[in-house]
Amino acid sequence: MNQYEPVIGLEVHVELNTKSKMFSGSSADYFSKEPNSCTDPTNLGLPGSLPYINEQAIEDCMKIGLALNCQIADVSRFERKNYFYPDLPKGYQISQYRWPLCKNGWLEVEDKDGNVTKIRINRVHQEEDTGKLTHTDGQTLIDFNRSSVPLVEIVSEPDFHDSSQVRDYAKKLQQIFRYLGVSNADMERGDMRLEANVSVRKIGETELPNYRIELKNINSFRFMVAAIEYEIKRQIEALEKGEKLTQETRGWNENKKETFLQRSKEEAHDYRYFPDPDLPEIRMEESRVKSLESGMPELPEAKVKRFISDYGISKANAQILVDSKELANYFEKTVEDGKDIGVSPTDIANYIINRKVNIDEVKPKQVVEEIANRKVGVVEDEGEIEKVVDEVLMENEKSVDDYKNGKTNAIQSLIGGVMRKTGGKVNIETVRRVLQEKLES
Amino acid sequence: MKLTSDQVKHTAKLAKLPLTEEQIEVYAEQISRILDYIDQLNKVGTEGVEPTFNVTGSFNVMKKDEVTKNLTQDAALQNASSKNNHFFVTKGVFENE
Repeated sequence: MNQYEPVIGLEVHVELNTKSKMFSGSSADYFSKEPNSCTDPTNLGLPGSLPYINEQAIEDCMKIGLALNCQIADVSRFERKNYFYPDLPKGYQISQYRWPLCKNGWLEVEDKDGNVTKIRINRVHQEEDTGKLTHTDGQTLIDFNRSSVPLVEIVSEPDFHDSSQVRDYAKKLQQIFRYLGVSNADMERGDMRLEANVSVRKIGETELPNYRIELKNINSFRFMVAAIEYEIKRQIEALEKGEKLTQETRGWNENKKETFLQRSKEEAHDYRYFPDPDLPEIRMEESRVKSLESGMPELPEAKVKRFISDYGISKANAQILVDSKELANYFEKTVEDGKDIGVSPTDIANYIINRKVNIDEVKPKQVVEEIANRKVGVVEDEGEIEKVVDEVLMENEKSVDDYKNGKTNAIQSLIGGVMRKTGGKVNIETVRRVLQEKLES
Repeated sequence: MKLTSDQVKHTAKLAKLPLTEEQIEVYAEQISRILDYIDQLNKVGTEGVEPTFNVTGSFNVMKKDEVTKNLTQDAALQNASSKNNHFFVTKGVFENE
């Protein structure tokens, strides 16, 4: 059974968190708003309305492209993707097809053994979201609040060969969207959506299989992994039985833990893309791309490398700390505070990770002091502490003067001196008290 | 170039147009003539001529990311033939089941 290998490509949609819609001025912040309260004539597809391109969305799309090592197109155009469905009031979706904004990128994923796979990215393009349908009692209710919210699509080449690579890639994308600040990328809310194209071929074959199964409408990383695993097994079994597989779209039924047919090839769409005559092309100047590039925030991968080289912490720890921008910033602030009193970045990393510190409530200073205090007990004799304190006071005349001249902050570096001399193995409060006594006597 | 009736049916389906058998015949004939004309156009030498996608010749026409105006729910729904609790209503489309 094992002579097959899966061939998987992934399409990721991400909703941008712009203030306004992709082509008009109503609010794009529609979550939990009253139905049809965030609309305007353009995104209702009313006659006579005309679209205008949202500058911020284009910039966000390019940022995603740059983060994924894409080339930014000199000339890019919007096209109409034509089909009828009640969530699409114009009868077409404005999307990009032949002239995407960004193309030919890549992203690397690494498994737990350190094997790196480079996933090629075919394109990153800009489009608009559709309305939201609710099916009830033989009727379909339509809310157009989501209609024309900016949506970016990231299309990979079929470079994945197992479901964990797909998961790692998708999670990495989510992290990048959040670092860039272009989307909340919340799967459950539908900010980020995954579609996988799955097929299998005999190991050793290099041609792409002549069919692919599209897995759609799956709203969690876990379900996507389960659906892909199920599909790989189902397809291998079918091929072993001599069945012929054809193009189809399938969904995931979490209760039954199986995929089910949504649409077969005979019903496949014929979109008749053509350039949207209402939207002038985008010409991207190199200087604009360069300035965007130089304004890009430090991304997770670079941050992991810097944390390892600057702070000497382990790769595993660095990866955990870089999980969110907020946690990474918190760690760096704590390291900064710890410097003064000789608390090492490694101790701080371990503490934050093992204690699962709540970064919204605990101040970095508290973490540092807590770590310093944990080393209590090794030097308890106050006489000994006084001896060290005297040494430190002698060696740091400047700090002593500063303190006496009213810069009471100078005590921090004196405490740091004592901590360093004792390897941090004294109670920080005792040190502070002894120092104060001596400085103020 | 003669369009087959299947091609006309397919095109009508994409455009959501219900056609009778007679209409299919009529349109097959008419659209074929249009395609013949396109064939003539295709014979014109256009090497080195860039296609025109937009007749205004403008580019980079964009708007700032600002919320200008939301329609009220009532205004948004005023032309709806069927509505329910501020939703547009259409006959059921069932995707999954």
